[in-house]
Amino acid sequence: MTFKILRFDAQTDEQPHFQAYRHEPEPYETILEALKGIRDHQDPSLSFRYSCREAVCGSCGMVINGRIALACRTQVSELESDEVVIEPLPNLEIQKDLIVDLTPFWEAYRTFEPFLQAAGDVPEKGHRVAESDMEKISQYVTCILCACCYSACPVATRDRRYVGPAALAKLRRFTLDPRDDRPFSAVERADGPEGVWGCDTVFRCNDVCPKDVRPADGIEGLRRMIVAGKTKRLFRRHP
Amino acid sequence: MLSYDLLIVGGGLAGLSAALGADPGFKVAVISKVHPLRSHSVAAQGGINAALANRPDGADDTSERHAFDTVKGSDYLADQDAAELLCRRAIPTIYELDHWGAPFSRLENGKIAQRPFGGAGFPRTCYAADRTGHILLHTLYEQAVRRNITFLDEWLVTDIIVRDRRLVGLIAYDLAGGVIIPIRAKAVIFATGGYGRIFFRSTNAYINLGGGIGMAYKAGIPLKDMEFVQFHPTTLFGKNILMTEAARGEGGYLVNAKGRRFMEDYTPKTMELAPRDIVARSIQAEIDKGNGFENEYVHLDLRHLGREKILQRLPGIRDICIHFAGLDPVDQPIPIQPAQHYSMGGIDVDATCASPLEGFFAAGECACVSVHGANRLGGNSLLESIVFGRIAGESASIYLRGGPSEVGGDREIAETARALMSRMRSVHERDVGENVFQLLNRLKRLMSNAAGIFRDAPTLSRGLEELAELRDAYRRVFIYGNCGRYCQEMVVLVEFEHMVEVAEVILLGALKREETRGSHFRRDFPKRDDASWLKHTIITRSDKGPVVTYRDVQIGPYAPQERKY
Repeated sequence: MTFKILRFDAQTDEQPHFQAYRHEPEPYETILEALKGIRDHQDPSLSFRYSCREAVCGSCGMVINGRIALACRTQVSELESDEVVIEPLPNLEIQKDLIVDLTPFWEAYRTFEPFLQAAGDVPEKGHRVAESDMEKISQYVTCILCACCYSACPVATRDRRYVGPAALAKLRRFTLDPRDDRPFSAVERADGPEGVWGCDTVFRCNDVCPKDVRPADGIEGLRRMIVAGKTKRLFRRHP
Repeated sequence: MLSYDLLIVGGGLAGLSAALGADPGFKVAVISKVHPLRSHSVAAQGGINAALANRPDGADDTSERHAFDTVKGSDYLADQDAAELLCRRAIPTIYELDHWGAPFSRLENGKIAQRPFGGAGFPRTCYAADRTGHILLHTLYEQAVRRNITFLDEWLVTDIIVRDRRLVGLIAYDLAGGVIIPIRAKAVIFATGGYGRIFFRSTNAYINLGGGIGMAYKAGIPLKDMEFVQFHPTTLFGKNILMTEAARGEGGYLVNAKGRRFMEDYTPKTMELAPRDIVARSIQAEIDKGNGFENEYVHLDLRHLGREKILQRLPGIRDICIHFAGLDPVDQPIPIQPAQHYSMGGIDVDATCASPLEGFFAAGECACVSVHGANRLGGNSLLESIVFGRIAGESASIYLRGGPSEVGGDREIAETARALMSRMRSVHERDVGENVFQLLNRLKRLMSNAAGIFRDAPTLSRGLEELAELRDAYRRVFIYGNCGRYCQEMVVLVEFEHMVEVAEVILLGALKREETRGSHFRRDFPKRDDASWLKHTIITRSDKGPVVTYRDVQIGPYAPQERKY
């Protein structure tokens, strides 16, 4: 089989180029294993991020035959093609080969206080939380911050200010958590084009997410929450 | 030169917990060769132990019983005061994690849910479905973001600098910048994880090369009990992705090719929920007897649990099976085989996480306190990482508050950085030589053959001889690419040098220990021998090679007895 892999070193190259490798995958071989095989036996200079190889660390998002996916979770055979084209995630600067600069993604992640803010001290016997409440956030806590959604998002492509789906899904996760005590004003910070109103609801994030987080559900939920919160405030002011 | 009071190396659970435990008044940074959320802690599945006694059938559980199970599971090699400390601190640790937002699964009354695990007398393992490591790593990272902790992501530490028997600094390779960076530090905590990928079959992330442990050894810090290597009983055949112990905790069966639940022949009382060393050995024995499928694996059968329970409690396992093996455990049994999983041994530290080198601390899987002894119980590693990570952060802060005197060291730091650069240049200038990725593959084969589940003197000795050949081949290593930034060839090249040391210490410790205890099974010495071997192996590097000494185990209330399950 032929693997056409995008090569680029921002320090030395002017233009990226594709390099073709011949490699015969084993049954059930993943794209990540194929990349490792090519690197170990043909070209040790090939660079790509990897860690867990089981779709939980979020390192190996890339574009495989035009589709954004985790390399470790993609079987070569499922592509049903004799040629595999592998490119780095779009929407982010290429640093080296398949490695992109994730700085904008991590900055976006930090925008809306991505941590639980519980009231008071640690309760002596722990919090009491209904399992049904934990189930409500379970889709969001499955997120591995692989940046596949950020790369696929057409709004993030054209508007650098937009934080993207993952950061908003994270905020939604905290607002749904009964232990979280952040004031409405903290949620309201996402009430703008860089936040929930930036999304143009084409659901590319839901399509590419390897963990079925459905970030657009979170954005939708935050929109409802913000509108409801502002309406409530309006009525409080004008009884 | 960059300068810090405290550098924490590793951004997994132990490293993050250390950062959260450190006094924020000091200048602290976490250095990690990958983004912290890519650390191997993220892959832990089944859960974290604490005697919360939340379930009616666990109402009598106490931290003493947790300590007893831990000590018995360790085959009595754990230091009992350290095990008691771990289990005592477990309970407030879980409640703090809960307060920080860890989305634990819940019981009907809203309390944190607990499940049975191997070698535990009560359902004691707290969990979030089967992604407990994932949710805990994200929770701690979130709190670190909240505290504005400094992160130096994608920096690989390459050397530890010592002067006058004191730690004075580190050298790092900044992958994104492609440069070598010398750093001054008053104290360092290593939280660099295990060495799983020194073995051919391992559940560990590809990045778990164990470089940190080897680096500490090269700096003169002793390693403890390195011969104790945990093999997890249930890993997906071929891929060796972990199939959590929770699959058996929730009621899964182990079945051989004859359709028999063979654990009946080994541990009839606890069946599939005996400790890992015993279950892994039983599975391998079945395969070796010809009772496996294709002479390679047995079945982990979950079908009787039913679709709903599998979807609710083991969704990650199901997803892995579907995507990596093309089968749905709701309808089909899972082919599994044992594989390397965890390193009980590590950098020799005491219960304050201090090593014999002043200013140098270690926590988590790279360290050996020891709380796991010869075999770790499932659910105790996340716990150990978080509890002892925290203790390491506190201890290093106490050390810094004591105001360690200035010993300088800038010259040594700069010289080591220059030496590394010139070594890399000379490796670079070679046109032919050994490919480091292929040397790594050879090392993995060697270790799996020599120091697997079953060991004996001839294979261990042969392993040591072959290792000397590999050491020799490494001298001829070269870099293929024009490699500056994100040069993973260089990462493996640097780590390989340390891995060879780790491999030697494992093989040597295993060869010397002429008994069977926990995970260390000697075919030629198949019995535990407390009279001669109830002691820790301590191996220290010297100019003449490794020096092996022994240290007594700290026995507390639990007198060693025969281990029956």
